[in-house]
Formats: sequence, C-alpha cells, structure tokens
Amino acid sequence: MARLAPAQVGIGIARTDAPQKLTGAAKYIDDYKLPGCLHAATLRTTIAHGRIKKVTFDPSFPWYQYAVARAADIPGQNNVLFIEHDQPLLTEDKVMHPMQAILIVGHPDRAQAYEALKHICVEYEEEEAVLSIEDSLAKKKLLRGEDNIFKKLLIERGNLDDGFSQADRIVEGEYRVPHQEQAYIENHGMAAWVEKDGTIVTHGSLQCPFYVHKALVKIFSRPPEKIRVINAVTGGAFGGKEDYPSVIAGHAALLALKSGKPVKLIYDRHEDMAATTKRHPAVVKHRTAVSKDGKLLAQDITVFMDGGAFATCSGVVLSRGTLHATGPYECPNVRVRSCAVATNTPPNGAFRGFGVPQTIFAAELQMEKIATTLGIDSVELRRRNAWKVGSITSTGQELKESVGALKCLELCVRKSRYEKKRKEYALWNRGKGKPTWHGIGLALCHHGAGFTGSGEVTLASRAAVSLTKDGGIKVLAASTDLGQGAGTVFTQIAAHTLGLSADLIQVEVPDTALVPNSGPTVASRTTMVIGRLVERAARQLKDELVKTAGKVPQDRAGLKKAARALCAGQPTRRCEVQYEKPADITWDDQLYRGEAYGVFSYAAIAVDLEVDRLTYEVKVRKVTTAQDIGKAINPALAKGQIMGGTNQALGYALLEYADFRGGWMRNSQLTNYAIPTFVDTPPMDVFLVEEPYSRGPYGAKGLGEMPMDLPAPAVVSAVHDATGFWFHAIPILPEKICAEFIKAQRPP
Amino acid sequence: MIPFTVNGKKRNYQGPAFKRLLDVLREDFGLAGTKEGCGEGECGACTVLLDGKPVTSCLIPVCQVQGRKVETVESLGRPGRLNPLQKSFAEHAGAQCGFCTPGILMTASRLKKTDPEAVRLGLAGHLCRCTGYAHIVESVTKAPRSRKR
Repeated sequence: MARLAPAQVGIGIARTDAPQKLTGAAKYIDDYKLPGCLHAATLRTTIAHGRIKKVTFDPSFPWYQYAVARAADIPGQNNVLFIEHDQPLLTEDKVMHPMQAILIVGHPDRAQAYEALKHICVEYEEEEAVLSIEDSLAKKKLLRGEDNIFKKLLIERGNLDDGFSQADRIVEGEYRVPHQEQAYIENHGMAAWVEKDGTIVTHGSLQCPFYVHKALVKIFSRPPEKIRVINAVTGGAFGGKEDYPSVIAGHAALLALKSGKPVKLIYDRHEDMAATTKRHPAVVKHRTAVSKDGKLLAQDITVFMDGGAFATCSGVVLSRGTLHATGPYECPNVRVRSCAVATNTPPNGAFRGFGVPQTIFAAELQMEKIATTLGIDSVELRRRNAWKVGSITSTGQELKESVGALKCLELCVRKSRYEKKRKEYALWNRGKGKPTWHGIGLALCHHGAGFTGSGEVTLASRAAVSLTKDGGIKVLAASTDLGQGAGTVFTQIAAHTLGLSADLIQVEVPDTALVPNSGPTVASRTTMVIGRLVERAARQLKDELVKTAGKVPQDRAGLKKAARALCAGQPTRRCEVQYEKPADITWDDQLYRGEAYGVFSYAAIAVDLEVDRLTYEVKVRKVTTAQDIGKAINPALAKGQIMGGTNQALGYALLEYADFRGGWMRNSQLTNYAIPTFVDTPPMDVFLVEEPYSRGPYGAKGLGEMPMDLPAPAVVSAVHDATGFWFHAIPILPEKICAEFIKAQRPP
Repeated sequence: MIPFTVNGKKRNYQGPAFKRLLDVLREDFGLAGTKEGCGEGECGACTVLLDGKPVTSCLIPVCQVQGRKVETVESLGRPGRLNPLQKSFAEHAGAQCGFCTPGILMTASRLKKTDPEAVRLGLAGHLCRCTGYAHIVESVTKAPRSRKR
C-alpha cells in the first residue's frame, strides 16, 4: 500500500520558487528579451496644477526613428478605470499633478528613448496648487466636485452624548502620519505586444492581473477575450503594484498598438518613486470619554486622508482606515467621521495596511494618552478594553470566534519582559553620564482580513485545481506571488487536502487567459479567502479521485492512470469553485453597519530602543511581537512576512520621509529616501498565536498587512519612555528629538 | 574591444566603453540574474564580484574591467544543483521576492566572518524590503563554512 504523504500544512517547507530565485533563473519582466522591441519612455508634467498650452517637438531631432503615442491614439476611453474613471491615461490638457504622463516615446535603444524627452518642449498655463489636506478642505482651489472630497464616511454606534455626560475624564489628541513609499526593490515594468488576431497582451510586474485587464478593456475598447494580462515574477509590491500597473500597461500597450512592435516600459528608481502611488498622509483627531477606572465610554474620531490628484483606491483606503479607527477596543458610544480629499500631488494608493497604519497610529497613541491622564498603566488600560469573543465593534459586528487580542497582548508583555524593562529603564534614564536613554513601548491592533463589507460577495472570486491528462495537478488562481509566498502556500493547501506530497503540485502562472478571476492580490485575502477556495477545489478533486481510483494515487503514474478516466478525453479535469457568502454575514454599505470583515487578525508588539544622548539617533534594540493569524500554513514564510512588515513600519516610524515640496517628491532616490538596512534592523522575536477561524483554510486568517499596522505607535511610546517627549507625528528623525529638547529647554 | 573574464569564460565586449557593466552583463551577455534596483549604487541588487570583491555593477563602466575577472550569480549553483549557500537560503527562507537575492548571494559568498553581527555589517550595502533581514542573516550564518562558490 502506498504511504500517505505527511502533513503539508503547518510546516515551513522551502519556497517552491527558491531554486529559480536563488540562481538568477527567475525571470522578472526586464529579464525577458523581446526581439525587435521598442523601449518606451514617458514625457511627464513638470507643474502641479494648470493646463498644457502647447507641446513642441524639436524639428532638428530625428523623430523618424521614434514611435510616439499620444492621447489622440487611444482607441477607447482616455482614462484608467479603477473604482472611478477620473484619471486620464495621458493628459492632453488639464494638469492635476507633477509627473502626470503626457505622451510615450519609443526607440529600439533604451538610452535613445530617454534622450528624446529632452527634445520635446511643453508650455503650461500654471494655476495655484492645492498641496495639503487643510488647503483642500478650505477649497483654496476646486479640484473636484463641489468640495474636493473623494469620499466621506460616517460610523455611529450608541449615543456620544450619553458617553461624554458620564465621563470622568475627556482626553483629546491629534495625530499625523506622512506619505510612505513602498520601495519594493524591483521597479515597475511592463511589456506589451499585439498578437496577429488583435489580442493585446501585457506582461509585467503586478499584483492584480484582472484589474489591469478591466482597465485595458476600456482603454482599447476591445472585448475581454482580446486582452490578456500575464504576471511576470514580481520583485515586491506591498500595494504599490495594485493600481499603477494599469497605467503602465496602458502606456506600453498603446505604443505597441501604434508602432506595431513589442514594447518594454521599465521605470528607473527615480521615475518609480516620483510618479507612482504612496501611502496616504493622514490627520486623525480623537476625543475620548473615559471613566476613572479606565473604561472607554465614548470615542469621537475624525480622520482626514490626502488622496492626491485622482481617486484611485482612496475611497476604500479611507473605508478600511475608518473601520479600524477605534482600535480593537470595546466602546458603547462611537462616532467616526472621515473623508479623503484631493490635492495636486501624484495619486496616493494602496500600501500594506491600506489606511490602518494611519488610524491605528492614532488609536494606540490615544490609549497611551488616556493611560497617562488616568495614571493607569497602558497595558492594564488595554486589558480592560480589548475585544474578546462576544465583543461588539463600532459597526455593531459581534465577534463570534477567533479573537486573540488579549492572548497576543499577554504573550508579548511576558516575552518582552515589558514590565521589568519599564522599571529598569526608568532607573537607567535617571543615571548620570549614560550615553543613551532606554525605552520600551507597546501597541495592540487588529486587522480585518479580506475585502471590506460586501466586497468579497461582489468579487465572487473563483479558483480551481485541475488534473491534467498526464497526471499533473495544477492550482489555478489569479493571486500573484509578490514574494509573500502565495504559490508555496497554495501548493501546501492543495497537497495537504489531497494527501499528496508538495512536489506533485504545480501552480499556474497568473495569466488572465489561463486562470479564473480570483480577484486582486490584496487585503490580506490571498491565504484566507483564495486559499480556502483552493482547499475546496482540492477536496472536490479528491472526492473524484477517490470515486474513480478508490483512493488518491500517491504518485505521478497512479495519477496519470486516474486522469485517463477523469479527463474523459479532455486535456484536463478542472474542479473550479466560487466564493460563497456565509449566510450570517450582512453588511449595509450606506449605514456602515454589520459585519465589516469576516474575521479580524490581532497582534501586539513591544519595541525596545535606545536614543543617543549626543546625536538623538534612535536605535531599535529588539522587537517582540505576538500575532494571531489563525493558523500558519507555512510558519517560516509567516514569520518572514511579519518581520518584513515590522521592519517596513520601523522605517515609517523612524526613517522614511518623502520630502514633498510643490507637489513633488524631492528625494525620489534610495540614496536620500532612507529605508531600514541590515544594521538598522533589530533582532525580532516573533510568536505565532493560532486562534483558528472556522472559514479559513485549516483555520488561517489574513496576515500580510497587520505587521505594518502597529510598530509605529509602539516606537513613539518607547521614545517617550526614553526621553519623556510625546511625538504626535512621524518619522521621529533625530532633529525632531533635538527640537523637543530645545523647546523644553531641557539639557540632554 | 574590451576583453575580460565572466564566470570563468573569456569574453570580448564590443560597444561603448562607458556602458555600465550591469547592462553589458544583462544585454550583451544574457546574464539577467544581476538586477538593477536603483542605478546609483545604493541598493546592492546589481552586486557582482570583480576580481573576487563585491562591487555594484551599475557604477562600473565596462572599460574598467578590461582584463579582470567578473563573477555573477550564474557562477553559483543552478536550479537543480544549488550550492550550499543557496541551499541554506532555501532552507531558512532567505529569499522572498528574490530581487535583491542575487546581489546578496554574491557578497555573502565572500564574507570571511559569518557570525550574525559580522554578516549584518558585511551585507550592510544591500537593501531588502521583504524579509526584515533576519532570515537572510540566518541563511548565511547557517550555511556550511566550506561552501563552494
């Protein structure tokens, strides 16, 4: 009898793409040779707001060697359809932000393509630009509609007046977070060509093949089957490759259509950082009513986000941020008002956390402020208010299962020796002649996994597992592997469900011509939502195999034999399943009431750091974090995600400063936009908490974004613990700490 | 014509003398394992060995390598036959998106000391946005010392 394969879920198998990635054999988009291709370059606006008066081509330049694509060449709509369709693919008239694309040039030589940009003169009629949330709200100039607002939301629970009238104390705070650049190491890039039958194909670095597909259908006015989008190996994305690839694919495909040649459009670092989306800057205001024993009685929260010049996904970033604005805490009376506004800066977009790092930053610092006001330890304050099974959220959602908030908090407090260190550091900091101050800070958060509200129902995602007639098993999904290991996790889920060893499973390249639409690779939904579909599809195939062969054959030869019957003359037997709405999940998108998310993941973090008394540099010495992700399908990859996300957030808190002036990011280089290096990054102790979710594959919940949500407020608390100063904005650069000492006239 | 050795093979480059070594490797010699991340020597993704020392190939005009030895990630193992360092990266989840990985492997393959602190310092010229670095450090420290380059 064949030996049953060992369990495949819950073990840290090596990434299935490791051999390719470790030898240089993995092909990212710029690694493909496209014979006869043109290299494209993009002419961009140099003003923030106004009109293009005239575009002049240098008559002495050899334009006959070039192909040029302009707005007039677009066969369909000149806009990039995402949630709205306000963003032109190429602008011919109105200028809404710097770095907006005007036209595309192509030449067989990449350097020559860029050279051409110097020989096109653009004349503008400039208008005053709106560059801040405050100016936009004040309607300094009207950029959109009647009020510059992309989206406005309101959540109400209970009655604020009731809460405030019972309050022993009322605590107010205002918190600010800036832009953040995704800084994936592979820049954006796309190739495009037109097949003989007129099909437009784009191939590139992207997260969401079907988003690009949807946008291209409109731009090129083609039936869906005449557009094909293929995912190349993608060198990191973090949300940065959610919506912008539709723009680049549109540009590359337009030039391919115009010239009749294949086109490669690869951004360099400067262009990537200056032109593409960032995390939304935000201002969050809290007013909280509390009882003297530390119970939250009312939370009145206002959130403002800077959406940039076009809508992209600002409305949904705002929505997620708004839904997380209370923190994972019980409070009977809540009002959250929020809006996203337009400014003349490049559109902000998706970035790991998607609005949550902004609002959790404020919520957690507000908890610290409340604790200070009441003279209660902030850990104790969190204990008294944190969600448990049975808690009701601000939208009226009852948490029925898998609530690991307190477990994460207690584990993190214990493992980091938080309480002991607080005392030790207080002593250390009082000492004379010490070169540093020490501090430790803590934060707790939740992260709703999957699309918000009825989003998953609307997406109605599909995924499949198929048996090929030669005995191969393939997972088919549109979810892309951005480095997070989606392909490996799908392999494990399918193998485990079928009771096979992982090397018998393959994952198809996400290619809109080959895979069903599993929706976008975003929202911490890939493992939880699509992984569940893969599990269900694999179960279906398993049942069919058992019916045909009596059991699941354990090797290729056995599978091939079973395939003969199952495929019945077809090349494959495909078991495809679709997301089904759980009956007890309801969501009212008008009132913002109901189950905002199927489930939440939870995490706690302790950040242990020191501040140099001479230079005011902050060095993080140690991070301890406990994260409830339901079930780690692959613990090694899960920890990798957690450490990577945490580090990105440490950068957000301490280093990363996108210097926007006049609507431009002035430091669009890795040289002066500093992200954490090997030596900035502390050792991290990661503890996985597994409170299973009944609707996730083997109990798994979302995990990818949460690590980004909570380190920043923990850093701020730790810096306060070290220096005695509260910072209400990040990044905490050394000069900011220095300025506080000067302001307080306190000698270091 | 500029002669030099790439991965043990004698090569002759013909073309502009100031073309970046990175582009010559990728475009002229088809060695696409070496990646461009920033084009200004900051991220380390394009790191290759020049006479055994790690250099960022985006900052090296090809005329500077005349008569010298260049080694790229393709000189290490192949997908079916990873070298011990590469195997260790596979086992310890040292790569995620993989874009910074070839450059890191080249520098790591020449590190003399492999205690965690030395590895962090030795690899400080490389940026990785996915891993938070710990798994990379572990991959290097746990690779067998007598690894074949």
